[in-house]
Amino acid sequence: MALAREVALPGGTRIFEEGEKADRFWIIRSGTVALDVHMPGRGRVVVETIGAGSLLGWSWLCPPRQWHLAAETRDPVRAWEFDAAAVHDLCAEDTALGLSLVTVVAETIGDRLRATRTRLLDLYGPPGSQGSGPVP
Amino acid sequence: MTLTPLSYRVVDRRDETHDTVTLVLEPAANAVKPFAPGQFAMLYAFGVGEIPVSVSRIADGHRLTHTVRAVGAVSRALCGLRTGGWVGVRGPFGTAWDSAAAHGNDLLVIAGGIGLAPLRPLVDAVLAEPHAFGRLNVLAGSRTPADLLYQDEFPAWEKPFAAVTVDRPANGWTGRVGVVTTLLREARFTPSDTVAFVCGPEVMMRATARALIHQGVRPDLIRVSLERNMRCATGHCGHCQLGPLLLCRDGPVVGYDQAEPLLAVREL
Ligand SMILES: Cc1cc2nc3c(=O)[nH]c(=O)nc-3n(C[C@H](O)[C@H](O)[C@H](O)COP(=O)(O)OP(=O)(O)OC[C@H]3O[C@@H](n4cnc5c(N)ncnc54)[C@H](O)[C@@H]3O)c2cc1C
Ligand code: FES
Repeated sequence: MALAREVALPGGTRIFEEGEKADRFWIIRSGTVALDVHMPGRGRVVVETIGAGSLLGWSWLCPPRQWHLAAETRDPVRAWEFDAAAVHDLCAEDTALGLSLVTVVAETIGDRLRATRTRLLDLYGPPGSQGSGPVP
Repeated sequence: MTLTPLSYRVVDRRDETHDTVTLVLEPAANAVKPFAPGQFAMLYAFGVGEIPVSVSRIADGHRLTHTVRAVGAVSRALCGLRTGGWVGVRGPFGTAWDSAAAHGNDLLVIAGGIGLAPLRPLVDAVLAEPHAFGRLNVLAGSRTPADLLYQDEFPAWEKPFAAVTVDRPANGWTGRVGVVTTLLREARFTPSDTVAFVCGPEVMMRATARALIHQGVRPDLIRVSLERNMRCATGHCGHCQLGPLLLCRDGPVVGYDQAEPLLAVREL
């Protein structure tokens, strides 16, 4: 935790943008952050929101270390902010710490992958339905 | 239990969403027996057919409330009924959400899409008797903001705790985006002392049950409502069979310890 600094971000703050260098990550303590992607003709589309206790950002862990989504606070957010390079250095020194950190991050990535796959199944529709039209 | 349909008249009708309607029915003469939360009726749309539909509110007297989503011929015919229209009703059928099992425990009520309809009477029952239970959490997921049911009732449910999330946000949606399991992080419950009531499509119930078990909720204290096509609803025709269960009689509400091995089998 020595590597973390407390940050308070007002609602509507763009924390990072797609394609920018991923050199930090956050653990959200309170508030919500929306992850979005820019779609030509549709503007920003929110793909997921994350809240207290969640890890924000994992792209810093492996090359190309660029954000693949953008993040914006929905409401005032308090978080612990970590400098990725310093965390990398510490993990190189202390491999046991490195392994436990990578395990935690991998678990988060796994959770998000599972959630995304489940959403692709059109989670809340009845079997066999293709979206729903108006009641005639 | 009524084996031949009794005539009911539509006395109130409300559009919940673009494809979902709540109907309030009143018996023309004889009434079916009272329903418990989670039980279902066979609703007959005259000349079209009969389908199972859960009660979505338990009111005083002989009135029945059902929320129907139009997906095919019969449900569309029911959704198209106006006040004064007629419906045939058989019931009550099936097992109920056994809220007594949750006495003294925290409660998770987790719904996907139309799954909130069968759970609403349970929420009503818990809110009517708050001291009998621990903390109540109502978590609901839907495809889009326009598909969310009972939006005007959420403020009352938020007092304990309620949260909704959608899969596909529309412009202007400022709420949460993502699957319903992501709401578990915000819910207030002690996993070892929690009873969960889950209703929605099977994939959603499976994903939710797995997440709950991972957090330490006991599989037998996770109740799911299983749907199969139903014909007789009296345990005779076999249409609703799932392994050893006839879901019209042994379900629709079952413990996940019983449901999980059956749902894992591709076709029975
Ligand atoms: C115990 C129980 C309680 C139910 N409670 C409600 C409720 O409260 N509100 C509500 O709107 N619906 C409920 N249903 C689902 C409802 O019975 C079906 O939507 C209905 O049978 C569809 O009939 P249909 O003739 O309109 O459509 P069909 O033409 O038979 O089917 C249209 C589409 O719906 C799918 N479908 C058919 N039957 C079911 C089913 N049983 N479950 C899921 N998908 C189905 C088909 O695969 C198809 O894609 C419940 C089902 C059960 C078994
Ligand atoms: S519907 Fe006939 S046995 Fe269940």
